[in-house]
Amino acid sequence: MKITRKDFLRLSGLSFLAGGAMEAARAIAGRSSAATESQSTPVAQSVRWGMVVDLRRCQKEKGCTACTDACDAAHNVPRLADPQHQVNWIWTQPYETVFPFIQNGYAEQSDAGIPVPLLCNHCASPPCVHVCPTQATWKRADGIVMMDWHRCIGCRYCMAACPYGSRSFNWVDPRPAIAHINPDFPTRSKGVVEKCNFCEERLANGLKPSCVDACPQKALVFGNLADPNSEPRQLLRQRFAVQREPELGTGPSVYYLV
Amino acid sequence: MRDRLWIAAGLVLFVAAITAPFWYRPTPARDLAKLPELALPAKQKQCVAPVSYMRASHMVLLTDWRQQVVRESERKYVAFNGSVYQKSLTATCLGCHNKEQFCDRCHTYAGVSGPYCWNCHNASASRAVAASADTTEPRPEGAHLAENLPAHILAELASRTNQSLPGSRP
Ligand code: SF4
Ligand code: SF4
Repeated sequence: MKITRKDFLRLSGLSFLAGGAMEAARAIAGRSSAATESQSTPVAQSVRWGMVVDLRRCQKEKGCTACTDACDAAHNVPRLADPQHQVNWIWTQPYETVFPFIQNGYAEQSDAGIPVPLLCNHCASPPCVHVCPTQATWKRADGIVMMDWHRCIGCRYCMAACPYGSRSFNWVDPRPAIAHINPDFPTRSKGVVEKCNFCEERLANGLKPSCVDACPQKALVFGNLADPNSEPRQLLRQRFAVQREPELGTGPSVYYLV
Repeated sequence: MRDRLWIAAGLVLFVAAITAPFWYRPTPARDLAKLPELALPAKQKQCVAPVSYMRASHMVLLTDWRQQVVRESERKYVAFNGSVYQKSLTATCLGCHNKEQFCDRCHTYAGVSGPYCWNCHNASASRAVAASADTTEPRPEGAHLAENLPAHILAELASRTNQSLPGSRP
């Protein structure tokens, strides 16, 4: 069969149109590939674990390390002498380094230097997940950004992607630096990345995270952000709260009452 | 033609040499390394799956468990006989087995040094009794055997112990 140039152009134009129309129809039906990828929007989510950190309460307990100690003990987090090798799940940093945007004029002075507990924000749209080449880190339906250490190849893309420094790399074998190994939780090995897991192993047994239970001031409040009546949501209704660098669009699940 | 004798002798020697492996067959008594003595759980008699399956495919079960617990938050295992177990290497497997006297002995014997389980999972979690003589039961001869040994060896072992050999891979 002979096809003229004109017919050919006509035909290809029509096929493009048909293809485009199909995409459009799918998008309208809400089943486009883009729609499946954006599960991260908390619209239809019934559980989204989150935390509210009450800095006023935390501040009352001077020099307290209960949350970090509890977490480190529960998860076999090593205490390495070399600060370059340090591994953190929950740790503290001075207020002004955590919330630099609140430093205006003299306003920051009241809080300058107070230690702010920091942990993985279990972001709604976690950049660490987007970059992980092995899916060793992924976002669960309940909002927890999980890690599968069996899969982690230690490429540290996630560390570069996380804007909050929530992830640590095991530069050395962590085992010798763990005072008492908790036999019920694995240690990690040299060459993998690790971070806070929101105590998913405890949540599975209906318990709250270790840090939350350990805090003598009840400054850490954990619950379901998708439930308007949950403890954290009630607190968020009553008091002014900030997230860490929300302008990045990561949607942190950890809020700070300042 | 005076070399006929030499040629015939040479041929016989040659044939004998190349067929030697058929004459000089391995026999279990002479050629098998000493079988590992595996410490069996003192109390439990039934594993989470039939022994034949565990022997051949425990690694499959373990990777399945790992996948389901870590990635699918699926932590309960319903065994073939209806018993429910926690999918956990340290809590369930090591709840009965002793790593050094069970896992390691067989892995060493078989030359399988591969799995990295213990780089992270804590064998110290083992609640199984360690190093006690009464947990070390003598294994029935041949009970450890993989089914891919030569048939005549298997047959010989079977006749020795008068018991059937472990089932083959499903
Ligand atoms: S805080 Fe960092 S590690 Fe945690 S989910 Fe967000 S980007 Fe990932
Ligand atoms: S270091 Fe591990 S978790 Fe992080 S991006 Fe690489 S493979 Fe993924």
